[in-house]
Amino acid sequence: MAEVRLEDISKHFNEVIAVKDFNLSIKDREFVVLVGPSGCGKTTTLRMIAGLETITNGNIYIGRRLINRLPAKERNIAMVFQNYALYPHMTVYQNMAFGLEQRKTPKEEIRERVKEAAEILGIQDLMGRKPKQLSGGQRQRVAVGRAIVRKPEVFLFDEPLSNLDAKLRVQTRVELKKLHERLATTIVYVTHDQVEAMTMGDRIVVMKDGLIQQVGSPLELYNAPTNIFVAGFIGSPSMNFFEAELARSGNALSLQTEGFSIDLPSEKAAVLKGYPEKKVIVGIRPEDFLKAEKHVPGKTIQSTVEVVEPIGSEIYLNVSAGECALTASVDRKIHVKPHQSFILKPALDYLHLFDIRNENALA
Amino acid sequence: MERFGSKLVRFYIPTALYLVFLLFPFYWMAITVFKSDKELYNLKLNPFIIHSPTLENVVHLFTQTIFLKWMWNTFFVAILATLISLAASLLAAYAIQRLQFKTSGPTGVAIFLGYLVPQTILFIPLAHIIFKMRLWDSLWSLVLTYPTFLIPFCTWLLMGYFKSIPKEMEECAMIDGTSRINIFRKIILPLCLPGILSSFIFCFTLSWNEFLYALAFISTTTSKTVPIGLVTELVRGDVYHWGPLMAGALCASVPVALVYSFFVEHYVAGMTGALKE
Repeated sequence: MAEVRLEDISKHFNEVIAVKDFNLSIKDREFVVLVGPSGCGKTTTLRMIAGLETITNGNIYIGRRLINRLPAKERNIAMVFQNYALYPHMTVYQNMAFGLEQRKTPKEEIRERVKEAAEILGIQDLMGRKPKQLSGGQRQRVAVGRAIVRKPEVFLFDEPLSNLDAKLRVQTRVELKKLHERLATTIVYVTHDQVEAMTMGDRIVVMKDGLIQQVGSPLELYNAPTNIFVAGFIGSPSMNFFEAELARSGNALSLQTEGFSIDLPSEKAAVLKGYPEKKVIVGIRPEDFLKAEKHVPGKTIQSTVEVVEPIGSEIYLNVSAGECALTASVDRKIHVKPHQSFILKPALDYLHLFDIRNENALA
Repeated sequence: MERFGSKLVRFYIPTALYLVFLLFPFYWMAITVFKSDKELYNLKLNPFIIHSPTLENVVHLFTQTIFLKWMWNTFFVAILATLISLAASLLAAYAIQRLQFKTSGPTGVAIFLGYLVPQTILFIPLAHIIFKMRLWDSLWSLVLTYPTFLIPFCTWLLMGYFKSIPKEMEECAMIDGTSRINIFRKIILPLCLPGILSSFIFCFTLSWNEFLYALAFISTTTSKTVPIGLVTELVRGDVYHWGPLMAGALCASVPVALVYSFFVEHYVAGMTGALKE
């Protein structure tokens, strides 16, 4: 069990900078998720921790050991790959025992540890099968089993659920979380799926273009994103953004757009004190809209429904309000049809304001 | 019925025609073996069937020539050249494909360019080297020169095969504490078996049939390989001993046919570079 510390990590592939000034301290037994779009450097970071990629700059520590130059096999880590990387010519047992055999573990101990891991994952009956005889979910379990038999200090997961179907993914998500509790080991988990990140991580690291955008607990990221990228990346459907002009009348401040205006509550208006620009970027999450019966200028938004997407538990409405296209997530019991007018009431306490110059949150 | 008709026209008839085209020379070879010279040169007889079968050509081949010695020579050269080429190609292809050193790309291309140099040009400098090495008229001259055309092709074939093996498998083994050489031995080689078999068949067939180097570097009858032995000992001046010639060709094609028929499935998988999990 160990903490992992990354200090000023950078990785350059010739001219391309994959990761830049990455600083992160992962506590012992913590479940940290690196999340971001393709090419953001999350997998590269994971591979640097694993020792599969050299580090251009910076230091990585596991516990108190500086591991920059340590070969992968001496880092005492285990990694689960996206495609599972099971050895096709070996049985499940041989796959799981392979790592221990390489480390010259006594045969009796190998047998016991494989048996124990197989019991944890419920794959005892698959021991004699070859990977091609397994389903996607079973392969995934074997890959995890192969990692846990080694009892490493740190587990690294590289998008391990992306090859599973939606239902199995949800199920496996829960199982991995339980496994983390049971094993109580540090886990670094890479995914591009924000739902996976939100549901699994103790802390989430959001990355973009090789840079950390924000580090925080799932709810911190959801409630207080530091910039537009994080705000848009976390949450599904994605947060609505629109530009608005700031209009002052006395002490009151309101947001003006082509189609509607919103009066800012005093605590939100206080955020804009000293903000020199005339325009601001406003963010509202789709779930922070309510249906209103009557249009009240400054409090509600008059819109026209464009597309109705019922997903069962709720309904996603794509509406247009003036020149803004907004998405609202509303109660599934509401009956609504395209081209119908619809009055939205934004929950103003959950409004997000971003600086138009650098897209950072105004707080 | 209509579907069968269209399949007949589009598939069975063309395949049958192609098979006839492909197998006719073998048929001709086989029937010539069992015909006497008298029958062979009688233009009044139907040439496509055997009228009075005889084994005299086979007997001639095995008693009047040292055919079995030639077979052994060919086998010796083919097996050794194949093994040397395979060992070199496996290591070269793995290094080019996986170690990603700075010149791995150009090295790959350079090896392939070696394959493009025609044998007819290459045998002149090679003859010089063989002479300098005092290997002239020795089977070792062939064992050492055949890899010049075997290694480039095999390396390219195996490079394609290695490419189809997910890199993660090796990385996982690396994390598990396996050395590079053990990864190669325990993971790569078993997975590449179809590729290795295809390369083996390819090398073996080419070495077995090779003509030019064997003609240029070997002159003693007892050191000759089958293709050279047959042509030099059974064609005397302008007299072709067709019966024994064909018997020799038929016997010589048996080992290759056997090798192919045993490994045909692997051969196809190897050529397409398919790795099935």
